[in-house]
Amino acid sequence: MIGLSDFLIVSAGLFCVGLYVILTKRNAIQVLIGIEMMLNAAILNLVAFGKYDRFNNGGQMFALFAIVLAAATTAVALAIILNVYKKYKTIDPNEIHELKD
Amino acid sequence: MTMVKALFYLMGFITLASALFVAASKNLVRSVFMFFVTLLSLAGLYVLALADFVAITQIVIYVGGILVLVLFAFMLSGKETLANLQQQNDRFISISKLPALLLAVLFFIVMVNILFKTDINNLQWVNKAVSYKIDIKPDSPMTSNIGTNLMTTYLLPFEAISILLMMALVGAAHLSRKEKNG
Repeated sequence: MIGLSDFLIVSAGLFCVGLYVILTKRNAIQVLIGIEMMLNAAILNLVAFGKYDRFNNGGQMFALFAIVLAAATTAVALAIILNVYKKYKTIDPNEIHELKD
Repeated sequence: MTMVKALFYLMGFITLASALFVAASKNLVRSVFMFFVTLLSLAGLYVLALADFVAITQIVIYVGGILVLVLFAFMLSGKETLANLQQQNDRFISISKLPALLLAVLFFIVMVNILFKTDINNLQWVNKAVSYKIDIKPDSPMTSNIGTNLMTTYLLPFEAISILLMMALVGAAHLSRKEKNG
């Protein structure tokens, strides 16, 4: 079978790619995609560790919770991004530096 | 090399390569579609970690829900947003992106280093679980077990997350409504 370390290395790579996307991309939707990548790396870790507990399976359970939370986050974040675009006519995070109205 | 191992390396490679494509691509819509591929191959990885229910949930919620939502946000935000988004005149590696690249690479090195330092394949509790035979086998009935656990052990987080999900959906609908009469 596949060892634990293989899963963890893949998830570490995915996490770092997500970090790079968040740090470099210049529009908010791509930053959101980077956040999703990091969340998915965390979920992969949960699932990989959850393999060693058949009765309580906390890993898979909290992976499910994390997926649902990611869905909620994305819905709210996209609504916020659309509103920011309506107000500022840009979704570049560098250009939105006044949050008070 | 067994079939499972080969499939695992294939899925892992597709995951990382498509994630890198998302990071490198200048075309925004194309990078969103490539993110589909990342999520689908992650679902494949979940299957290989013997979590089939999580894999199906990943496909239903992420691929069917979240990405369609992201694409809808594009379609709704009109032509000029897309035109604005396209004009990023930057290459994958340039001087301004060097700090981010350095940070990501160093973070990766740190994490892999920690993985090897802790000797992750011989963790004490993992060895114990294997020796007591409570690790998940490919033929163990996991989905019914998840259902039972969801209604017994994890009932409180389940209820909490359902309330949170409802709050988030109401909030999203409130935020994205058209302002007509105040």
